[in-house]
Amino acid sequence: MTALLEIENLRVRFPTMGPLRARLTGVADPWIDAVCGVSLSIAEGETLGLVGESGSGKSTLARAVMGLVPVAEGQVRVEGRRIDGLGGQALAPFRRRMAMMFQDPVGSLSPRLTVRSLVAEPFRIHGVRDRDLDAEVRRLLGLVGLGPDFAQRFPHQLSGGQARRVGVARALALDPKLIIADEPTAGLDVSVQGEILNLLARLQGEIGVAILIITHNLNVVRHVTDRMAIMYLGRFVEQGATGQVFERPHHPYTEALLSANPEPDPDAVLNRVEIKGEVPSLLRRPAGCEFHTRCLYARERCSSEAPAVSSAGGAHRYTCHFPLGENG
Amino acid sequence: MAEVPAAGRRFRETALGQHLGQLLRDQLGLLGLVLVLLVVLSALFAGWIAPYDPLKIYAGPRLAPPSWEHWFGTDHLGRDILSRVIAGGQVALQVAAATIAAALTLGIALGLLAGYGPEWLDNLLLLLFDAVRSFPVIIFALAVVTLLGPSLYTVILVVTISSVPIYARIVRTQTQAMKHNEFILAERAMGAGPLRILGVHILPNVVGPLLILASMDVPLVIAVEAGLSFLGMGVRPPTPSWGTILNDGYNYIRNSPWPVIAGGIPIVVVTLGFTFLGEALRDIFDPKLRKDL
Repeated sequence: MTALLEIENLRVRFPTMGPLRARLTGVADPWIDAVCGVSLSIAEGETLGLVGESGSGKSTLARAVMGLVPVAEGQVRVEGRRIDGLGGQALAPFRRRMAMMFQDPVGSLSPRLTVRSLVAEPFRIHGVRDRDLDAEVRRLLGLVGLGPDFAQRFPHQLSGGQARRVGVARALALDPKLIIADEPTAGLDVSVQGEILNLLARLQGEIGVAILIITHNLNVVRHVTDRMAIMYLGRFVEQGATGQVFERPHHPYTEALLSANPEPDPDAVLNRVEIKGEVPSLLRRPAGCEFHTRCLYARERCSSEAPAVSSAGGAHRYTCHFPLGENG
Repeated sequence: MAEVPAAGRRFRETALGQHLGQLLRDQLGLLGLVLVLLVVLSALFAGWIAPYDPLKIYAGPRLAPPSWEHWFGTDHLGRDILSRVIAGGQVALQVAAATIAAALTLGIALGLLAGYGPEWLDNLLLLLFDAVRSFPVIIFALAVVTLLGPSLYTVILVVTISSVPIYARIVRTQTQAMKHNEFILAERAMGAGPLRILGVHILPNVVGPLLILASMDVPLVIAVEAGLSFLGMGVRPPTPSWGTILNDGYNYIRNSPWPVIAGGIPIVVVTLGFTFLGEALRDIFDPKLRKDL
């Protein structure tokens, strides 16, 4: 079975200055790689969590998949067909199969449109005329637990949780195979976060849609996802089945992230692994292993030689010379 | 409350009803509305209101002071000035309406193009806007009139061209600020094309401030029209315009100031009216712009 979404060696670059200025100031390479050679695949009905600090390239990766930012290198395939570099009409059928939810629940809804129009947008954009829009809107709002009286409201009249539900309803409109959710719980109360996650999980059970969740909330990842990938400076440092990664992290960065996550149990032994310093600038990537500047276990070799991708059994892969599982 | 008819109560609760209520409570806004209505209605019903034919020579004695027969007096050809002022209002409002409609349409189109299009197009259009804006309106008008000859249409053309950059720049800036908003990204992710994004999602968010600006621009346009007509570069005699009335009276100002005063009053009334109205509208629709807070 081919995977629903395959990303192979994806690279997204942004210019830091215009070509003329680069020429004049003698900068040889005015580009930064926001996403730097990333490969992953998502099967039908699967949930993948993408974790990383701010600026690690998670959102850029998602936008590249949706065709919102240009792909510099690599391939994006949906159901085996390449979609990178496509635009407009050619991309339209794939955009029906993938829906993206953006971070800001209210800000991602067009402010002058009613909820009815917002939820009907996908049908209008893709020229779906053979359905009764009112019935569809009512069905979709019902699916996400909003009454039909919400249809006449405007985004500024909605709470964050309600707006998020509208976003989910709209993402589901054209029966997509994949939903990309960029921080679906950001800016919501904890109780509402739970509701939204339960909603997504329930819908996935009912409809069988695959979900790519981008977040820095590890609890979300632990409870909702089947697999997870950890991103640092535009690269995956570790990916694998969520349970395995949580139980036996191999990369020191993963360990540090996991240990920074507060435990709800007050008796749990606090065993925090602190990482020092700031995320390095994308303009000056460290040589060797890019994490060695902040790594607790960094040795001589890490600063000169970049580690290759190694396997820790099955699909669990990491990029480290001295993985924790083996000598820690 | 129970006696208020349902329809009336519902109107008062709509956004339009509330805005109207706010406008009527704002004293300067109300004054502005009254002045604007006065001018607009007198122009619309000029045929019924004007006591004489504005073109008729020797409707009364030459240069007569105001009297019951001729409220604003008569000019050097004995034409009734009140009738000419009313007819001049028609010309002024025609120019204002045509100019602002054309400038808004062009300005919105070019502004959206510059704001949403590729960077080189943006730079090109900005250069064009700045080039146009660098001419003083009257000097630019004199040049164009020399080329095309004085007429109502030349005035409309000149004022339109010089107003387009103002509207276009505002639309461009707002479009640029908006195009990286998440709701625009979301639309693009769903597959919406540029036309749909501009028309359905960006345009409704930029027209509000533009309409306010347009209403405050009306007196400016009318003043330019009167100015050009005064200089003999606008409306051709004998068609009455507030500018030509001023010009006609100017030669006799020492002995008979009535024509000049009568030609100046409507310009003052229109300027005050539209300015008050525009400021009141601005306060209502965009409270953030209020200066007195």
